[in-house]
Formats: sequence, C-alpha cells, structure tokens
Amino acid sequence: MKCSEFLHELTDYLDGVIDAGTKSELEEHLAWCHNCYVVCDTTKKTIEIYRDSKLYELPENLETKLRSAIAARCKSHKNKTSEGKA
Amino acid sequence: MGAIQPKVSEPVSDELALVEAAKAGDDAAFEELVRRYDRNVFRIAQHITQNREDAEDVVQDAFVKAYTNLKQFQGQSKFYTWLVRIAVNEALMKLRRRRPERTVSLDEDVKTEDDSVPREVADWSPNPEQQYTQAELRDILDRTIHGLPATFRTVFVLRDVEGLSTEETADALNLSIPAVKSRLLRARLQLRERLNKFFQRRERANGLQHPVSGDGNQ
Repeated sequence: MKCSEFLHELTDYLDGVIDAGTKSELEEHLAWCHNCYVVCDTTKKTIEIYRDSKLYELPENLETKLRSAIAARCKSHKNKTSEGKA
Repeated sequence: MGAIQPKVSEPVSDELALVEAAKAGDDAAFEELVRRYDRNVFRIAQHITQNREDAEDVVQDAFVKAYTNLKQFQGQSKFYTWLVRIAVNEALMKLRRRRPERTVSLDEDVKTEDDSVPREVADWSPNPEQQYTQAELRDILDRTIHGLPATFRTVFVLRDVEGLSTEETADALNLSIPAVKSRLLRARLQLRERLNKFFQRRERANGLQHPVSGDGNQ
C-alpha cells in the first residue's frame, strides 16, 4: 500500500467504518511507515482536542436571554396566526 | 492505533413525541426542544459565522423558523438534523451578508493544490493541549479552524465536534456522502497541519518560532 492510498482511507479508518481486510492492510502499512503513523496519530488527536474543547460554549446568561427571545418571537407568531384565523 | 470513540449523543427516543406535541400547539414541548439543542446550534453557528452576535441571531432565527415551519417537518430525518439544516442555512446567509465579496456555498469544491498531502510530519507531545492554559488553547483552536474554508469547517464541526453521522451530515448539508467524506478528510488534515507548530514535541521545535507566536493560519 502506498502512503497516498493510506491517506485516502484515513477518514474511514479513524471512524472505524472499514472492512476487516482493508483495516489489516492499513495497519500493516502503519507498522512500517513512521510518517503515516504520525499523520494518523496527530489527526486523531486533532479530532479529540476539538471534540473535548469548550470552544464556543453558550454562557448561561446568554442562554437565558436567547430562550426568552425565542419564546417571545414564537408567541408573537402564534398570536398573529390565531388573529388571522379569527 | 484504534478508531476514535464515537461521540455519545443524548437519547432522542422522546424527541418525536415532543415534536408532535409542539405541532399540536404545546409550547412547553417546543421550549424543551430549544433547551435540548440551543447549545449545539450556538456552537455550529459560531463556528460558521465566526462572530458571536451573528451566532446569537442565528440561534433565534433557526428556532423561530423551525417553530413556524414545524408542520412541514415530516419525521423522515431526526428533528435535530432538520434543525441543523435550518441553522446552517441561516448561518451561511449571515456569512454572505457579512462578506458579500466572497461567495460562500457548501456546494463549492474548494480545491487548493495538494491540500490533502501532509507537508510537515512532526510528532506531537503526548498531551499537547496541556502545554497551554484553557484560554490559550481556545485561542489556538479558534484561530486555526477560522482559517479553513467555510465548507470544510462546517463538515468538520457537524461530524467531529457535534458528532453527527456521515449520513446525517450529508442530509443536513444537502451534500452527497462522498462529498462529506472528501471534505472531512481535507478538513482534518488541514487542521492537523496547522496545529503542528503549536503541538509538536518541544525538543524538535528548538530554534523554531515560539509556539504561541504564530497566527495559526499559515
């Protein structure tokens, strides 16, 4: 297996959605190709770091404000709709 | 080396019941759906727009649009996937308004030369994120993902940050499954490449730039 072929399968390999035959070919490649091993390992870490990060968490006070605004706009829409029907 | 662990999503068994109740006029049921998903929608909107005020507008507009069009939701996909599709469209509209000089479309197949071929292969420290404070790390991750084209950023966020499946991501973005996979691979590899300078082993980085001094978007 060439490195380019390995890269092509990397996403499915990391997602664990790959057939057993291809998986064993990829792991054989990983066993001797240090560069692909590092790329695979650091790509996996990239995903884990982003997934675990608290990037763009919604602060509680903002969440409360947004929920109130959404509820008010939905209520206003409902009132207009029922007035239209009356 | 094994696969990444799938993100465990919250149980959605009662989601359909909530949607049906909301359709029948039960506002408390819709409020429960808002409570369940507003953080996710905010995160997605913030990742796409890269602007907090726009993200706040997107959260409101997406939920109000979902509420007013609830009867059109037929239950062929999960409510959350349907909501994400609305939110992504709202966020992209914000982005287009903010940057009219740049066309932003998820359909475009952004092609940059050899962007999927790793240029720099450097091993990282065992727990690279621990080299930084939480605030520094967030800044690095924010600036790094900001540098990706919107189409890659969106696929990465839905698949890897929010934990949607490939099929759900394709459904939410109206893309084919091969298109989602191709964008995801390129997003992952580009982010990895850009994070190298922050996370590579210090002994190999000696003599190079200070790890926090770069702009994250080389």
